[in-house]
Amino acid sequence: MSVNIQTNMLTYRRRSWVDKVLRGCTIVATAIAIVPLVLIIAYVLLLGGAALNWDFFTDTYRPPVPAGVDPRTGLPIEGMGEDATAQVQARGGVLHGIVGTLMVTITALLFSLPIGILAGIFLAEYPDTPFNTFIRFCCDVLSGAPSIVIGVVGFTMIVRPSETYSGIAGSIALTFLMVPTIARTTEEILKLVPNAVREAAMAMGAPMWYTTLTVVVPTALTGIVTGALLAFARGAGETAPLLLTIQGNSNLSFNMFAAMAALPILTYKYIESPFPAENQLAWGTAFVLTMLVLGVNLLVRITTARIKR
Amino acid sequence: MADAKAVPRITASSRWARQTRHGDVFFWLLTLFFALVIIGLVVVVGVVTYNGSAEARAAYGWSFLWGTDWNPIETDLYPVSFGAWPAIRGTLISSLIALILAAPTGVAIGIFLSELCPLRLRQPLGFMVELLAAIPSVIYGLWGVAVFANWFNDWVANPIANTAGQFVPWLAGPIAVSRGLAITGTVLAIMILPTVSAITRDVLQAVPNHQREAMFSLGATRWEVIWGAVVPYARAGIVGGIMLGLGRALGETMAATMLVGNSTRIEPSIFMPATTAAALIASELPNSVSLIHESSLIALALALFGITLLLNAIARYLVWQTARGPAGEKA
Repeated sequence: MSVNIQTNMLTYRRRSWVDKVLRGCTIVATAIAIVPLVLIIAYVLLLGGAALNWDFFTDTYRPPVPAGVDPRTGLPIEGMGEDATAQVQARGGVLHGIVGTLMVTITALLFSLPIGILAGIFLAEYPDTPFNTFIRFCCDVLSGAPSIVIGVVGFTMIVRPSETYSGIAGSIALTFLMVPTIARTTEEILKLVPNAVREAAMAMGAPMWYTTLTVVVPTALTGIVTGALLAFARGAGETAPLLLTIQGNSNLSFNMFAAMAALPILTYKYIESPFPAENQLAWGTAFVLTMLVLGVNLLVRITTARIKR
Repeated sequence: MADAKAVPRITASSRWARQTRHGDVFFWLLTLFFALVIIGLVVVVGVVTYNGSAEARAAYGWSFLWGTDWNPIETDLYPVSFGAWPAIRGTLISSLIALILAAPTGVAIGIFLSELCPLRLRQPLGFMVELLAAIPSVIYGLWGVAVFANWFNDWVANPIANTAGQFVPWLAGPIAVSRGLAITGTVLAIMILPTVSAITRDVLQAVPNHQREAMFSLGATRWEVIWGAVVPYARAGIVGGIMLGLGRALGETMAATMLVGNSTRIEPSIFMPATTAAALIASELPNSVSLIHESSLIALALALFGITLLLNAIARYLVWQTARGPAGEKA
């Protein structure tokens, strides 16, 4: 690691050459990282965008039927011969997945917002002790734990005793994943609130809890909402924990105590399907998920830039 | 909020002040309770997986980890047995491939973002790298299955298997389907790049400027400054970032499930179908055939959790040592 610097011309040439080459390497590495990102997003946009239509958002799963049959009525289509049954089509949509994802993730958000925000207040507003460091470490453990492990916890804790897959089990599993995100972003944002604001409220004679609730938190509200959105995007994209807790469902279901569908699960199931039409649906769900993540991240980017200014 | 103590408390004698005089203690207890809930969540994960795996631990003990047969269903040839080695081996090999590919690249990206990148590009490039982390893993799996697999087969797997594979058994063909540890490791590498590069960038930015200035003043080139004065200073943090990346690779489920081939037979070649611990759990737990089967899968989850907890602890300590404050929460 120690670099011996001599100032004669010959080594200087070599050193400047090494400098250029290795700096070039870092640029190449960055390009290498950007390429898959661009490729993934391009494919999802092109193939997923093509899969979007009215049915996609308003219809649920339909079993594949021969191409000569109208999928809505089950009757043969006029003018298509008998041999049209050689091809297979599966139309339909992912409304059940959209409903399931929204219900499960929003319920999880309702569970994790109070925990995350109040824990974040504890971390930011009270003196920093080793205990706080330990809580931060616990947050890191939770967000670093493989999501499948969280799924197994949901499965063992809820699905096994209740003997049924359920949306609520999925929500509880997602809570484990969302709480650390919300707690840490809340903490970061509250720390950005200038102390003068707190002191001003205190000077008016307000007790500390009142200051926190009516002055500090409202000041940082944009940031806290940002954290909640990030957690929502993360939860909506999770597949592994949901596979083990809500299992998936081909029908539209609003029952949180039974199996439900979710967009990421549909992506997983449809891409393994042998029917091109169902593969298309997989790209469509991927499109919806990617747009959600992209949108939330851009929004977060814009808000944090505004707050920091 | 240490300053709160410095401000003299105005004890207003209004009724509101009297009624809420315990408000501070109450609110502190309330937030403390929810902070404790977070610790509780970690404990729950540990306890639930530990209790759920009781049958497997009673039946196999530690030998569960190196048993080579995974047979959930009784056949003429093999009795029912649960040995986790095929899954653990697959997890280790695919994560190792991911590390070999992503560690140098990720560190290079971190160096570029922190030391060399023009200021105007820093924000957008950092944002793009972070986006890689935000994309759900099932979409990586989808892209891997539908797009990347064929390309990988034509340009990487087959050429290697037909040349080096003739002499080296772990690179051998025949390649029937593009499912295996190699492609899984490659996709995992893309997935852990943001973790490694974001943390590398953060710890490098925490390196004090006098390190750079001193080296420049000796007449060093930019690369010598980076390699001789900046990177060594942040070495522990960079290693921590790589370890966090490794932790993500070990636990990655969906992309692995879709790309690894889900075969519990141990094949020598990295181009053949195999399985990883996470993929095995995801594919078998929802349709487990017996209590001991379920319990063995939960034991695998416990092992995964234990490993990632350990990695996290060491990595966080290293990063914290370098940056004096936990960096890289973006990942």
